[in-house]
Amino acid sequence: MLTVGLIVVGVSLAVGLTLRAFQENMLYFYSPTQVLAGEPPQGRKFRLGGLVEEGSLVRQPGELKVKFIVTDLHNELPVTYEGVLPDLFREGQGVVAHGYLQPDGSFRAEEVLAKHDENYMAPEVAELLAKEGHPVGGKAAGPATSQAPVQN
Amino acid sequence: MIPELGQLCTTIALCLAVVQTFFPLVGAQLDKPAWMAVARPAAVGQFVFLALGFGFLEASFINNDFSVLVVAATSNSQLPLLYRMAALWGGHEGSLMLWVLLLAVWTIAVTVSSRRLPEALAARIIGVMGFISAGLLLYIISVSNPFLRLSPVPMDGNDLNPLLQDPAMAMHPPILYTGYVGFSVAFAYAIAAMLAGRVDRQWARWVRPWTTAAWMFLTIGIALGSWWAYYELGWGGWWFWDPVENASFMPWLIGTALIHSLAVTEKRDLFKGSTLLLAIGAFSLSLLGTFLVRSGVLVSVHAFASDPARGVFILSLLIIVIGGALSIYAWRAPGLDRNAGFKVISRETFLLVNNILLSTAAGLILLGTLYPLVLDALEAGKISVGKPYFDTVFIIPMLPLVLATGLGMHAAWKSANLSELLRKLRWPAIIALISSITITALAWGTGPVLTYVGVAAGIWLLLSSLRAPVMRLFGKGPRLTASMIGMQLAHAGVGLFVIGVTVTSTFSIETDQSVRLGETVQVADYAFTFKDLQQRQGPNYTALRADVDVTRNGRKIAHLNPEKRIYRVQTMPMTEAGIDAGLGRDLFVALGDDLGNNAWSLRIQYKPMIRFIWFGCLVMALGGLIAIGDRRYRAAVQTESSTVNAGTATRPA
Repeated sequence: MLTVGLIVVGVSLAVGLTLRAFQENMLYFYSPTQVLAGEPPQGRKFRLGGLVEEGSLVRQPGELKVKFIVTDLHNELPVTYEGVLPDLFREGQGVVAHGYLQPDGSFRAEEVLAKHDENYMAPEVAELLAKEGHPVGGKAAGPATSQAPVQN
Repeated sequence: MIPELGQLCTTIALCLAVVQTFFPLVGAQLDKPAWMAVARPAAVGQFVFLALGFGFLEASFINNDFSVLVVAATSNSQLPLLYRMAALWGGHEGSLMLWVLLLAVWTIAVTVSSRRLPEALAARIIGVMGFISAGLLLYIISVSNPFLRLSPVPMDGNDLNPLLQDPAMAMHPPILYTGYVGFSVAFAYAIAAMLAGRVDRQWARWVRPWTTAAWMFLTIGIALGSWWAYYELGWGGWWFWDPVENASFMPWLIGTALIHSLAVTEKRDLFKGSTLLLAIGAFSLSLLGTFLVRSGVLVSVHAFASDPARGVFILSLLIIVIGGALSIYAWRAPGLDRNAGFKVISRETFLLVNNILLSTAAGLILLGTLYPLVLDALEAGKISVGKPYFDTVFIIPMLPLVLATGLGMHAAWKSANLSELLRKLRWPAIIALISSITITALAWGTGPVLTYVGVAAGIWLLLSSLRAPVMRLFGKGPRLTASMIGMQLAHAGVGLFVIGVTVTSTFSIETDQSVRLGETVQVADYAFTFKDLQQRQGPNYTALRADVDVTRNGRKIAHLNPEKRIYRVQTMPMTEAGIDAGLGRDLFVALGDDLGNNAWSLRIQYKPMIRFIWFGCLVMALGGLIAIGDRRYRAAVQTESSTVNAGTATRPA
């Protein structure tokens, strides 16, 4: 009886923890337009995606901290980040940032992800831009074979 | 001409695969020896033509024939020969060719060793493997043809993604696929046995080495991928719970459960239902993983749907294989298992718990991997499930599993005495607890309770695994067979892995810093001095190379050269980290951006015990290798009575 009771308690505890982990770690994706419309819930981490606006990258010389603007071609959102930017982070290119909305309306990124290669763009960003009529994809010419971002 | 020859050979291979499916399977059902006899020659023929087809495709890569679409897409004339060859599996179409070739290799191995099997069983196994091969070859030829030409012919190719221009990454897909595809043998054995209506201990003994071999390759493949991600992606992480990684890890978990379930079926003639189900599950997840990674569904659910031919084909194939296998299971499995003849405390119970926990972990990972795809397909929002979810749901079943494994290894079949078990293992337990607290505190300072628990669990499993071999060295205890030593070594590997993961996750230091030329930054006990920065020319890239000296207490211990490379063809920048590897710790420096004012951003990391993670995996794989070498797997068909030795406390699991 005791064993069964322990198992039941153990399993329910595990299920509870699992559900909580699932709830807490779902990261929703929003575009700057959605953010400005107030869609992301307050104080929750989410993913922001769009293009890095041309000429928006600002850095004090010698400082690690950077500011740039993410745009979906309708609206834009200022983003701050402190750390090493990914290799393929560039102005005019797609980007996804994980982080929090700040009280001043800017977005503080904890993690910045850029494309894995020249032909690849985060699916959410690609779709977002396709909706806005922006050309998607790296090289225009060239074979249209699927090449997964990080092959396994 | 060459690609056309390749296509011809592949098409002939498809025809032979259909023959290899139809005649043996129907022949076995109708008891026609002549039809069953088709199995072996058809399998050999299929292999020969697939090898030729693959060879012709490889020739196009080696000869830089950019009129072939896939060559133009993933290769380049400047690429070194070895990477041109590896570029074959750098894209979707070529990687599936590799997949079916490896399937043919496994089929040949089964064919060669099938002489000692009953004729009908051998025919059915080869027939099921032919069916899988036929399905994939049909897919390759109809919607994923690697031999297509391109017009106009480009001057040069698009190049292989620079991230993949790396020895470990060139080897990673073939080894991983060997593991994936290897589970098809256990799958085919399961289907064949169910069709025959006979699953017994001899059957389990036949399947075990195949399953262990596939598992061994998968273990090495996954470890290689993790190691590559660590040094090549430039982030210093070793596992990201990326869907691509999960796709390879889920079959590993189920395959591990299968190995343990098979042990019970062989020793005790029990758990047949779960053995069959796990055999189906391991291969189904391998198939799912292949398509998850290769179909583009992860890149975008909608891109996948916009190419309906591929999408519909893949889904149909998955449904036929998985659904068909489960239907046969539902039809045949009831009545296979007799009522259990074991007590609550016994080797069987421990293995049952093991299977449940491993399957649970795989299920929760599957949920986290597929849920975002389902939501997206339903237009219900774009989410991603973060690393903390996977960390949590993985630790919950794994911690009790590691603790239980240390006990279960020493439990007797049928009925074990718990108090005797605890008495036997009290010293490993006590030593694990004390050493976990003291070593951890002395080496790295204090951490959360879970860290001590994790380190203790790892040491506990290590000591418990090594107990019997060490006693044997002093001439005590029972003699050990190869499969026991393999089992103990594999579990010791898990122990090393657990220690490595726990220590690395808790005590790693990762920091991004702005560092001027000549400046020194202190991370943990180590002083990193940014000495110099120079241009360097590589074969197909230009690099900026930093010189970083590392000193500890004023003594120089390492000289690191992190690089930032620009690959000429794809003009893609890439970070090549400078790593000083050591058994106790890695020091890791990646070169970031030019911050102006002579300063650069450097990512500096101190990673204690990270080598234990991959070393543990290697030890696991080595254990598998030794277990396969056990003599009883190579003995001719044995009569039941000569091998029954159940009830001996130390039979391998």
